[in-house]
Amino acid sequence: MPERRRAGQESVYRAVNSKRPVNLNLSTIHFPLPAITSIVHRITGVILFVGLIFAFWALSESLASPAGFDAVSDALANNFLAKLIAWGLVSALAFHFVAGIKHLFMDADFGVTLEGGVQKAQITVIISAVLIILAGVWIW
Amino acid sequence: MVTSITSFSRNGVSDWLLQRVSAVILAVYTVFMVAYLLFHPDLDYYTWSGLFEQTWMRIFSLLAFISLAAHAWVGLWTVTTDYLKSTYQRVGAQMLIILVIFVYLVWGIQLLWGA
Repeated sequence: MPERRRAGQESVYRAVNSKRPVNLNLSTIHFPLPAITSIVHRITGVILFVGLIFAFWALSESLASPAGFDAVSDALANNFLAKLIAWGLVSALAFHFVAGIKHLFMDADFGVTLEGGVQKAQITVIISAVLIILAGVWIW
Repeated sequence: MVTSITSFSRNGVSDWLLQRVSAVILAVYTVFMVAYLLFHPDLDYYTWSGLFEQTWMRIFSLLAFISLAAHAWVGLWTVTTDYLKSTYQRVGAQMLIILVIFVYLVWGIQLLWGA
């Protein structure tokens, strides 16, 4: 028995002190769904910050004069690129919004478990997918 | 405790709270704007600009823009702190972000009160 225990300690010692390979290649790592929704939350935040320039332009132009208002509504009604940007921004906003609500639930201590985390990430994906499709229908 | 001189309030708990409060304000503003646009499919300039001439709407919008500035700063500070390991790159990016936030804020105030 003492010999077996020593062998066990030995293996732990070897594992801790070995020069184990370090894998930092992101493309070979399997990310669980909550990790993916977390990074997408960050990415959509950055997209929204950059894309705000279009939103501020549209708001300021539409309020500046009747001609400006017509230019913005005409672009959103007829210009494919403008529709695409609007849809992209609304989609990023939809995801960021839903993932943010998820954060507030977690702050309130709802479902802060491994299963709850996966489940909430799935719900986040489903609700934002529905909102993104609805936004596409609205814009087109 | 580690305090970072570039964090908004020099305090992680304050930043955390600020991120949540601003998020809730932005969520309410977003829902309001989407609902308004959905209920006004044939919106014209005079109805639209009339909305933004209301004092409550200007205050509500200003509150949203200030929340946006705080929210974007806490969020982008976190992202830059996590990914930009070089101090020069990180502080450079953060200074640029502050400048852009300032531009958005001034733009927002200007479009609300007009030229």
